Amino acid sequence: MSSTAPPSDGVDHVDERLIRTTPLKKLLARPELGSVVGAIAVFVFFAVVADSFLKPSSLGTVLYAASTIGIMAVPVALLMIGGEFDLSAGVLVTSSALVSSMFSYQMTANVWVGVGVSLLVTLAIGVFNGFMLTRTKLPSFIITLGTFLMLTGLNLGLTKLISGTVSTKSISDMEGFPSARKLFASEWTIGGVEFKVTILWWLGLVALATWILLRTRFGNWIFAVGGGADAARAVGVPVYRTKIGLYMGVAFCAWISGQHLLFSFDVVQSGEGVGNELIYIIAAVIGGCLITGGYGSAIGSAVGALIFGMTSKGIVYAEWNPDWFKFFLGAMLLLATLLNAWIRKRVEATK
Amino acid sequence: MTTEPTPLVELTDVSKYYGNIRALEGVSLEVRAGEISCVLGDNGAGKSTLIKIVAGLHRHDAGTFRIEGEEVALANPRDALDRGIATVYQDLAVVPLMPVWRNFFLGSEPTKGKGPFKRLDVEQMRTTTREALLRMGIDLRDVDQPIGTLSGGERQCVAIARAVHFGARVLVLDEPTAALGVKQSGVVLKYVAAARDQGLGVVLITHNPHHAYLVGDRFVLLKRGAMAASHTKDSVTLDELTRQMAGGSELEDLRHELERPPAT
Repeated sequence: MSSTAPPSDGVDHVDERLIRTTPLKKLLARPELGSVVGAIAVFVFFAVVADSFLKPSSLGTVLYAASTIGIMAVPVALLMIGGEFDLSAGVLVTSSALVSSMFSYQMTANVWVGVGVSLLVTLAIGVFNGFMLTRTKLPSFIITLGTFLMLTGLNLGLTKLISGTVSTKSISDMEGFPSARKLFASEWTIGGVEFKVTILWWLGLVALATWILLRTRFGNWIFAVGGGADAARAVGVPVYRTKIGLYMGVAFCAWISGQHLLFSFDVVQSGEGVGNELIYIIAAVIGGCLITGGYGSAIGSAVGALIFGMTSKGIVYAEWNPDWFKFFLGAMLLLATLLNAWIRKRVEATK
Repeated sequence: MTTEPTPLVELTDVSKYYGNIRALEGVSLEVRAGEISCVLGDNGAGKSTLIKIVAGLHRHDAGTFRIEGEEVALANPRDALDRGIATVYQDLAVVPLMPVWRNFFLGSEPTKGKGPFKRLDVEQMRTTTREALLRMGIDLRDVDQPIGTLSGGERQCVAIARAVHFGARVLVLDEPTAALGVKQSGVVLKYVAAARDQGLGVVLITHNPHHAYLVGDRFVLLKRGAMAASHTKDSVTLDELTRQMAGGSELEDLRHELERPPAT
C-alpha cells in the first residue's frame, strides 16, 4: 500500500515507485500488439514465397479484401468488448442487400429509396437482437444463432417467392444506381494502383470506433458492460441501452457492407454471407479482443482484417490451392490468441 | 446526551419481514456527521438487511427511517444516492480490466465540447482521480493501471474515495475489512477515519469488534434479527463489546465442549 509515500506536490510529478515506462513497454501493453506482430509475420512470409505479392497492384487487392471484412470486424469487435456476440452479422449483410435491391425493383423506385428502407430494416433487426438479449437475458450466442437461422431462411425463401430465383434481378439500369454505386462501390486510381471505396469506409469506421471507445462516455460504458455488467449497473450505467446500441452498430455496418455487395455486382445471391460472421469474430479476436469482453480495440480488429486480406490473396499470389486458406486461418487464430494471452501475462507481471 | 444537530440518518424501531421470516425487528441506528456508527453481528444477524434498507434496496416494513429529520421510504439505490447515501459493497462495483480513472468516473463521466465533438475530459478525469485519492491520503502509483491489479485494500479505498468525491454525506461500508489481512485492514480503517474527518457520517458493518472499537463512536449489536445491544464509545469497553459479540455464555459453553478430555 502507498500510505507511507510522501504526498505529491504537483499534478505531473513522477512517482518514484514507477519504473520508468519506456515507449516500447507502453506499446507492449496495447491490446493490438499481438496482431501487429502476426501481420508483420504474414507479410514477410508471403513477400518471400509469392513474387507478385509485393507488386503495387497487389496492394489494392489485398486492402480491398481486408476492407470487406474490416468494415464488419469493427462493430463486431466493439460488441465483443461489450461482452456479446452476433452470429447473425454475416447473413445480415446479405439481408440488407436483398432488401434494398428487391424494394427498389418491385416498387420501381429510385434505388436510394430502397437503400433507405434497407437501412431502417437492418437497424430494426439489430434492435431486435439487442432487445431480445436484454429482455430474455439468454446468452447472445443463442439469441443471435436464432436470428442467424431465421435470416438465412428468410433470405432464400423471400427471394424465391418474389423473384422466382435465388438471386435478385439486376437493378443497374434503375434511377439513382450510378450515384449509389459511386458511394458504395466505386474505385479510384493512385499511381496506377486501383483502390476501392470500401477501404475509405473501413478506415473511417476504424477511426470513428476508436474515437467512440476511448474518448466518449458511450465508449467507457462499452468497456464497463463487457468487463462487469453488475458493477456498471450499480454505478448508473445504462447497460441495456449500451448493448442495444452495440447491436445497432453491427446492423449499421452490415448495411454498408450489404450496399457494397449490391452495387458492385448489380445482383445479390440470397444464399451468401453464411459463415462470414465467424470470420468477423476471428478478425476481432486476432486483433486482441478478449472473448469474455471488457478488453480490446477497434484498431486491432482492423489489423485482424488485414491479416485475413493478406492471407487470402497471398495464397492466390503464391499460386497455391486456395483450400489451404482455412488451414492458415485456424493456425493464425490459435497463434494470435496464444500470443495475446502470453503478452498480457507479461505486461501484468511487469506492473 | 446534550441536544446536537439532527442526525444524518436515524432509524427507530425498524423491522423487515420476508414473508413469514422476521429478518429484522425493532432495530434503531443513529448516524451523525463526523461520526462512525458500527453495526456488529454474526452471520445471519440481519446486518445485510439493515444496510439494504439504508441503501434503498429494500423498504422497511415498520418503524421510522429519517434522513436529516425527514421521514423517508427509499424507492431504489439511485434515490438513496441522490439523498447523499453511498454504499460500498463487498464486491465494490468496479470493473477490474478498466483503468482506475475510468472506474472512478464510471457512470458520471465529465465531458467537454459540443455535439459530435462531445468527448470525455480525459485530462480532468485523470487529475481529479489523482487529487481525490490524494485528499483521502491514497497515493496511487499510476491511475492508468487496471483497477484489477490493485490489492483488495487499495480497491476498497478507491471505492470509498469515489463515494466521497461524488458528494456522499453518509457512507455505508459493508464489511470493508472482511477479506483483508491485518495490515490491509488497518489501512482501510485509516481511510474510513479520513472520510469521517471530512465530515461524513459512516456506517461500518463488521463482525470484528476489534476493528469496530478502533474507529467507532456508536455500536449496535445485532443478534438473530433483533438489536442485542446499543452502546456509545464511552459506555462500553472493548472486552465487554467482544464478549457480547461472541455471545458471552455461548463462548463459555463452547470452551467446555472443545476442551480435551482428561487423560485417563
